[in-house]
Amino acid sequence: MNKLAGHTKTPTLRSGVKGRILDIIFASGTKTCAILVFVIIVAIMVSLFIGAWPALKKFGPSFIVSTEWNPVTEEFGALIAIYGTVVTSIIAMIIGVPVSFGIAIFITELCPAWLKQPIATAIELLAAIPSIIYGMWGLFVFAPFFADHIEPWISDTLGNLPVIGPLFSGPPLGIGVLTAGIILGIMVIPFMASVFRDLFEVVPPVLKESAYGIGATTWEVIKKIVFPYTKIGVVGAIMLGLGRALGETMAVTFVIGNADRLEKSLLMPGNTISSSLANQFTEAVGEIYTSSLIALGLILFFLTFLVLALAKYLLVRLTLKEGIRT
Amino acid sequence: MKKIIGIALLASLVALSGLQMGEAKAGKVRTISGAGATFPYPVYAKWAATYYRLTGIKLNYQSIGSGGGIKQIRAKTVDFGASDAPVKPENLERWGLIQFPMIMGGVVPVVNLPGVKPGQLKISNKTLVDIYLGKIRKWNDPAITSENPGLSLPSRNITVVHRADGSGTTWIFTNFLSKISKDWREKVGNAKAVAWPTGIGGKGNEGVASYVKRIRGSIGYVEYAYALQNRLTYIKLKNRAGAYVEPSIETFQAAAANADWKNAKGFYVVLTDQPGEDSWPITGASFILMHKIQERPEVAKTVLTFFDWCYKNGQEMAKKLDYVPLPLKVVELVEEAWKKEIRDKSGNPVWP
Repeated sequence: MNKLAGHTKTPTLRSGVKGRILDIIFASGTKTCAILVFVIIVAIMVSLFIGAWPALKKFGPSFIVSTEWNPVTEEFGALIAIYGTVVTSIIAMIIGVPVSFGIAIFITELCPAWLKQPIATAIELLAAIPSIIYGMWGLFVFAPFFADHIEPWISDTLGNLPVIGPLFSGPPLGIGVLTAGIILGIMVIPFMASVFRDLFEVVPPVLKESAYGIGATTWEVIKKIVFPYTKIGVVGAIMLGLGRALGETMAVTFVIGNADRLEKSLLMPGNTISSSLANQFTEAVGEIYTSSLIALGLILFFLTFLVLALAKYLLVRLTLKEGIRT
Repeated sequence: MKKIIGIALLASLVALSGLQMGEAKAGKVRTISGAGATFPYPVYAKWAATYYRLTGIKLNYQSIGSGGGIKQIRAKTVDFGASDAPVKPENLERWGLIQFPMIMGGVVPVVNLPGVKPGQLKISNKTLVDIYLGKIRKWNDPAITSENPGLSLPSRNITVVHRADGSGTTWIFTNFLSKISKDWREKVGNAKAVAWPTGIGGKGNEGVASYVKRIRGSIGYVEYAYALQNRLTYIKLKNRAGAYVEPSIETFQAAAANADWKNAKGFYVVLTDQPGEDSWPITGASFILMHKIQERPEVAKTVLTFFDWCYKNGQEMAKKLDYVPLPLKVVELVEEAWKKEIRDKSGNPVWP
């Protein structure tokens, strides 16, 4: 406490000792909160690792590449769930990124003033809907529509193409990896769109106006001014959306079909890590079964970690390039 | 400073736990707690609500799944656990638990075939196995049409629907398939979750029911109550006596009545594929688990009194919810076991 004695002359509303004590409480309080984050992260990782150890010991590295998932013979592998998680997230990004980009650009650049607020509110409302509602909507409304009107068309056209054909053939169930990816895409749009919008709005009008002033088109302004100015944030927003897509549970469980088989076609059912966990944890009996599920959790943990690390790496590279150019 | 906060926190924690202890110790037991199986949850909830109105004793039941129920009763965090599949006698012995059946139900295959009415379609045991193995893929397969001469079946693909979550329903269903088919027993087996050779997985009975409702040409399996409430097209199955039967409370009870409860150690009775002309082949019971040595005998006594009341006064309530009450003959055996096996720490029987 003596260290702080020199600061007593700083003007505060509360005088003397009382003010100092409050300050210390405040400082140590915030510090505790910050340290707590680290403690929790490490604790989660350690407990996941301990829980997953029996399975990792039994199956070794082949756990990650094995497509076996058989609770009866207690043979487990993670590849089906990893594949499902990654593929649904990629589909979600393919749909989500361009659409959110479009929404954000429209709102910040092209939208008439009176329409701005309604669209922004609608996006925020979409973001506030609990994921189980998306799941139910996906199962009861979207899947039937998709099965009756879209999937037959997909397998008749895309299904006949040479290389990607097998990805799009199969019976129109309406439930499967593709449906899950689309629902995820819809779910990540509000997140990414609202972050994109906030980002695009901080671009100084002077920059944009000067670009328009020298005759740039809207597209050129976006490509050459808005995007370079906000790219760090854009990458961050995409990773945020990807993080949500990787970990989403309930909505996916409803529409992915929960089959522990590796199917070539995206129209067929599959499984994701979080959906396997949600489905099977309560009834998992026996050490290896439970432990394999925890190992899946550990893999998801690392997968999200990897995504974050990748995002950081991309940002570093982006800023490095910038240095070279100027 | 940190110390002071820590002490304050500790103090409040101690105060809280003190309060709870005080509550538990004070006089008569007002609350009993259980956890486990989801399948009997509606009927347990109904019984508990009625019982609470009559006696003021509250049941706090968490339907977290049979596996969770077993874990919680072993950890003694609840007064009783509930499981849809019976626990093996040797495990009961090891964990110091007693097990008894509480309520029964049936698992019913349901289909979505436009034009086919409930109870019209007959499927033989071998065909059912082959459909779930993915060997029979079309509805107009000779194996199906030969059993159903009057029905015109489409050449539509069969979509198999199964449970995605581990469940007692799956345990009963795969137990039946394992009993009737060597192929199934060796390739897939009998468990709460299995590696399904084909099909899609719905979460919970309601998940399977909604998939079957949605997908034309699908076949799934659900608890009887869900088949009725969702107006699904249930089918007729062939039982061990060789007769085609429809699922109903009568055929489930016939299966239970024909089962050999008396000689089953730890009431380990699986009601699938039971003998008898009228027995529904995929019947199952849901079980309660309790510790044999009770640290708080007054709580155990309250729990058993509640179960006794359910057996004797809860039958009509159960039937209304499409569950099958236990035959009174079996109830007598169960209460006999309570008397013999549940004791307090000094060895005195808790019941009656």
